[in-house]
Amino acid sequence: MIAHVTLAETRAELTKYARLPAYLLPTLAFPCGFYSFFGLAMGGSQPIGATTAATYLLATLGAFGVIGCALFGFAVGVAIERGQGWLLVKRASPMPLAAYFAAKLATTTTFAAIVVLLMCGLASEFGGVRLPPATWLALGAALILGSIPFAALGLALGFIAGPNSAPAVVNVIYLPLSFASGLWVPIEGLPPAIAHVAPFLPTYHLGQLALGTISPGHGSAAVHVLILALWALAGVAAAAYGMKRDEGRTYG
Amino acid sequence: MDENLIPARLRGVTKRYGLVRALSEIDLALQPGETLALLGPNGAGKTTAISALLGLIKPDAGSATLFGRSPRVAANRTRVGAMLQVSGVPATLTVAEHVRLFSAYYPHPLSLEETLEAAGLRGLEKRLYGTLSGGQKQRVAFALAICGDPDALVLDEPTSALDVESRLALWARIRAYVARGRSVLLTTHDLAEADALADRIVVLAAGRIVAEGSAAAIKACAGGRAALSLEDAYLALTRAQRPEEVPA
Repeated sequence: MIAHVTLAETRAELTKYARLPAYLLPTLAFPCGFYSFFGLAMGGSQPIGATTAATYLLATLGAFGVIGCALFGFAVGVAIERGQGWLLVKRASPMPLAAYFAAKLATTTTFAAIVVLLMCGLASEFGGVRLPPATWLALGAALILGSIPFAALGLALGFIAGPNSAPAVVNVIYLPLSFASGLWVPIEGLPPAIAHVAPFLPTYHLGQLALGTISPGHGSAAVHVLILALWALAGVAAAAYGMKRDEGRTYG
Repeated sequence: MDENLIPARLRGVTKRYGLVRALSEIDLALQPGETLALLGPNGAGKTTAISALLGLIKPDAGSATLFGRSPRVAANRTRVGAMLQVSGVPATLTVAEHVRLFSAYYPHPLSLEETLEAAGLRGLEKRLYGTLSGGQKQRVAFALAICGDPDALVLDEPTSALDVESRLALWARIRAYVARGRSVLLTTHDLAEADALADRIVVLAAGRIVAEGSAAAIKACAGGRAALSLEDAYLALTRAQRPEEVPA
């Protein structure tokens, strides 16, 4: 029953977002646009460490892209549906709540995969990025699966942020965190004060995890995965708290 | 009667929001085949009562059941369809996509055709929800409530935002549903609506039941004057009732 509802719910979510430019533009077009500009047009063959800018930024802007899919899909999606009473209609129906969350996760993960595929296509076609097949796979898997902790954090924001302020709240968190974690500019190029803070941010660990698949010297993958998993647990706990707090509340 | 046959029941339900008692020890049972109207002014506790029945809130005291089972478990809600007051439904899905999705939640749903027919949505199935008029949107809400072929409907102010024509049409659809032997619990602040649809009216004011019975019985219990209209009776019953403040 849950699998059947999850499938129906996922199909509806994908259809809903596919027709919604307000979601597609920031989640798909922005990361691909940034990558085309910074990673390809502005000298993608310049070396960064042991690799090229086109390869380096594929990992970090790829992380930026998948994080956006998860954060916006969950935080804004849940906040709006909760604020407008739509979530109440679903909760009054026999829909298992687990199916609702599973479908949202399947949807944001699908969009994360689309971003990764588009960016890898750009990198290989226009950036001259050549990687062994196993490396392409490892990078893709790190990025796509790495979006999941951010789905949990987005879920928490979706239940805690006000329905109307959720998009602004996401941007206020997402953009500075991405910058401070070296997802736009390599971490070595950031002021030392910011570089010191970066290891406390979940965005940093996904960036380093992705970079670790293409070149050495980005820390232990296991440690990054563990820290991301802890952030995911924190997100789920905060979401459960926010959901409980939200019960019985209505918003005009 | 066997508890499992009672479509919806509140037993001694109390719910507080801060200092305000939204519901005070409410006992309410929707009988099989009955149309029951929960009538009361804004703030009387109608939506709180509905929310407790559907498992959306947990009562501070007392219990809510649907066919004898807790509404807090999703699987126990398969025999009930609900229409709530909602300001936003995903705009980029079509009418048919919305109906198909909700139908998937139920074990024995109506066919898409049957639901569209019963909700008056034939010909609109390919329209995006966001392009519908207010009356059409309310018909979609009704379609989502009935698509699972539930034995009972719970409708929270189903016609409050509708024009006269749409309202009469929705009344006809609710009556057609009841004619199939189903039960309906609806809230309203509109006396005419309660009088037109309900077998029995429960008047709620400040979180308490102040009168209960047929429209005629309600008039009688408000003073017994022969010429008293339902409006006069209603005002007499609900006036002077203020939300009760209790110490924290």
